[in-house]
Amino acid sequence: MSNNGKTRNIFLSGVGGQGTILASNILGQVLLDAGYDVKKAEVHGMAQRGGDVTTHFRFGEKVYSPLIKQGDVDYLVSFELLEALRYLNWVKPEGKVILNNFSILPPAVNLGKMKYPKDVEKTFKKHFKENVWLVNGYEIAKGIGNTQVANVVLLGALSNFFPELKAEQWTAGIRSLLPAKLHEINVKAFNEGRSAIKN
Amino acid sequence: MRKILQGNEAIARGAWEAGVTVGCAYPGTPSSEILAELSKYPEVYTEWSPNEKVAVEVAHGACFAGGRAIACMKHVGLNVAADPFMTISYTGVKGGFVIVVADDPGQHSSQNEQDSRHWTRFGKVPMLEPADAQECSDFTRIAFDMSERFDTPVLLRSETRVSHCDSTVELGERKEGTVPKRLDKKDIPKMVMVPMYARVRRILVEERIGKLATYADEEFPYNVMEINDPSIGFIASGVTYLHTKEVFPQYSFLKLGMTWPLPKKLIAEFFKKVKKVIVVEELDPFFETEIRALGFKVRHGKDLIPAIGELTPTIIEQSLSKAVTGKRIKPAKASVKQEELPKRPPNLCAGCSHRPLFVALKKLGLFVFGDIGCYALAVSPPLSAMHFSTCMGAGVGGAYGAGKVLGSEGLGKICAVLGDSTFLHSGIGPLIDTVYNGGYSTTIILDNRITAMTGQQEHPGTGYSIKGDPADMVDYAQLAKAVGVKNVRMIDPYNIKETIDVIREEVNREEPSVIITQNSPCILLRRDKPRERFKHPSYRIDSDSCAGCKMCLNVNCPAISWVENPGTSKSGSKRKGTSFINQDQCVGCAVCSQTCEFESILPNEQ
Repeated sequence: MSNNGKTRNIFLSGVGGQGTILASNILGQVLLDAGYDVKKAEVHGMAQRGGDVTTHFRFGEKVYSPLIKQGDVDYLVSFELLEALRYLNWVKPEGKVILNNFSILPPAVNLGKMKYPKDVEKTFKKHFKENVWLVNGYEIAKGIGNTQVANVVLLGALSNFFPELKAEQWTAGIRSLLPAKLHEINVKAFNEGRSAIKN
Repeated sequence: MRKILQGNEAIARGAWEAGVTVGCAYPGTPSSEILAELSKYPEVYTEWSPNEKVAVEVAHGACFAGGRAIACMKHVGLNVAADPFMTISYTGVKGGFVIVVADDPGQHSSQNEQDSRHWTRFGKVPMLEPADAQECSDFTRIAFDMSERFDTPVLLRSETRVSHCDSTVELGERKEGTVPKRLDKKDIPKMVMVPMYARVRRILVEERIGKLATYADEEFPYNVMEINDPSIGFIASGVTYLHTKEVFPQYSFLKLGMTWPLPKKLIAEFFKKVKKVIVVEELDPFFETEIRALGFKVRHGKDLIPAIGELTPTIIEQSLSKAVTGKRIKPAKASVKQEELPKRPPNLCAGCSHRPLFVALKKLGLFVFGDIGCYALAVSPPLSAMHFSTCMGAGVGGAYGAGKVLGSEGLGKICAVLGDSTFLHSGIGPLIDTVYNGGYSTTIILDNRITAMTGQQEHPGTGYSIKGDPADMVDYAQLAKAVGVKNVRMIDPYNIKETIDVIREEVNREEPSVIITQNSPCILLRRDKPRERFKHPSYRIDSDSCAGCKMCLNVNCPAISWVENPGTSKSGSKRKGTSFINQDQCVGCAVCSQTCEFESILPNEQ
């Protein structure tokens, strides 16, 4: 166990239906197998109907609360650009940010009443400098043959920040949680995501 | 073996390990997954009951026949089940009986915010409060043992951040219950709560709570004192303990795993060992009030900690830092103004059968008495087509009651709307009332053949059991006729014009009507192949002829958006932009095309 067992905090944000829960389940399996204590919190129900969704994910030697404190996020992985901006304040100054280059328009924007925020990446770079990575999760997943695996592409990108975990440990986690017919495409998605950014 | 389980999965696991034989529930966030998970174990009989009262009664009967039984519900479910619950406290049990109640602080998915700890004192029934998934499993097993040992139902209180948090759990084996499975007629004084027997049981209830108080002090293994820095001592339970421990790990704690009865000796000992006591609890000052009543000096509690909404480590740190460390921690200054970011409220899915129905109701300008379910999302603008909603079934009674005041003035102006599952839950009683007492309101049953909002659970109208086996199903039309409704109409909600005509006719009638949607399964319900009923796979906007009138945007479909692009349409009208249909999201329900006066929404062929 590296990092002296200190608890680390990963925050996933996105829109209902984007697969944040599966991504966090894989994350949980991989880190449990690696010997960590793991806790995660999600809100189910209402939020699934196209609303905003978040996952608090924490791991370390011993984790108490399942919720991350505002300002304590080590890694923000946002599946959607606007949903990243909502949680900018949650990230530590030295935190790392992965942005999926993808927008889903909320009702007020669809109706022409509000504007979708511009330059989300730029805003993050202003605060977090070189610790911001834009990943074309949707495009990469489309290239593999199924836009649904964008979540695992992002997981692949995130995996770069945990050098103590080998790629095989991640793919073993993917295999253990998904039915066999989905193994190949998801492992591919993971690998593409892993090589999409350079840490 | 260790596994990551969700709190609800862990409750199901604990129940299975405890040898539970019967599990009953009506789904409700955040409790729904407990029974769904329990139904996967072949040794356990499980069912979706029509409502929580029935669930508790079925489980009670099962425990009297010697089985271990569990009934699960969300906080408002226990309101529905309160009647049997309060008297089951008197009868006690034979096989162990556990009632799980899951609160929703912060109202993530609920119509109100209740602190279910009040039921434990009110019902004189013990309550356990797990903090994480491991405790969910452990406490459920202990609850069954306690139930049999003390002849009492046991409340297990969860909440959103326990039920829907995942953490590691040590898996154990199943042990069958030891109570013989039979009914005994000699049990009349215990089982028949007429006054002469209930008065005797009433005394036993008080004696039992006394015995449980001793157990809480001397035996219950999860009331734990942790003495570190004694300058501050926190008293907390459940996930709130974990949040507080996270923020102030260096101080002392009394963690209460049993909410009621309180371990008085342990509390006294804690007050001797620490200097200042702070009670940290979510929602109401339950512990604080009780501990103060015992004569102890609680230094801080609800004077600093919010009583509304869920507590988080952030909130606990901000409200208590000054009192604990002398240093105030202020909320971080926002570098992005949240109010400038468009909100993302949940919405009806693209293709949902509720959407055209509410488009019709809006067009008719009716005052809509609504209910609990996905259709409550129709309250959001631009639909804004629901005007009343409290609890399940309430809209039917509400519409009828309003009609009694408005008289003939209300004719043609009001209707009640509720789902298939909620109609069965508690809509039948008020419908009978409407008929029996001469009301005239129209009740519209939105039959989407599933309990949708909580994540697709079966119910008595779907034709399937919780395990997916075929089951007899309720015929709503027959039922309505049987209670005396003379006017029962079926509609296809996707045909908006016809829907408007039928509803208009019925709401103007001087006697009660029931309208039932048909062929309108939940768009997410794969089993019923909901998309096959649509003639075309999707629709598109003809941007040449689109007048930019935004009528189609008013149906609030997530697949339709506005593209600003000033210009002129083919017919020469000036426009600020055009609508756009996202082809990935559109399922071809044709609702938007029926609102377009310019024939600019066109079907795509296969």
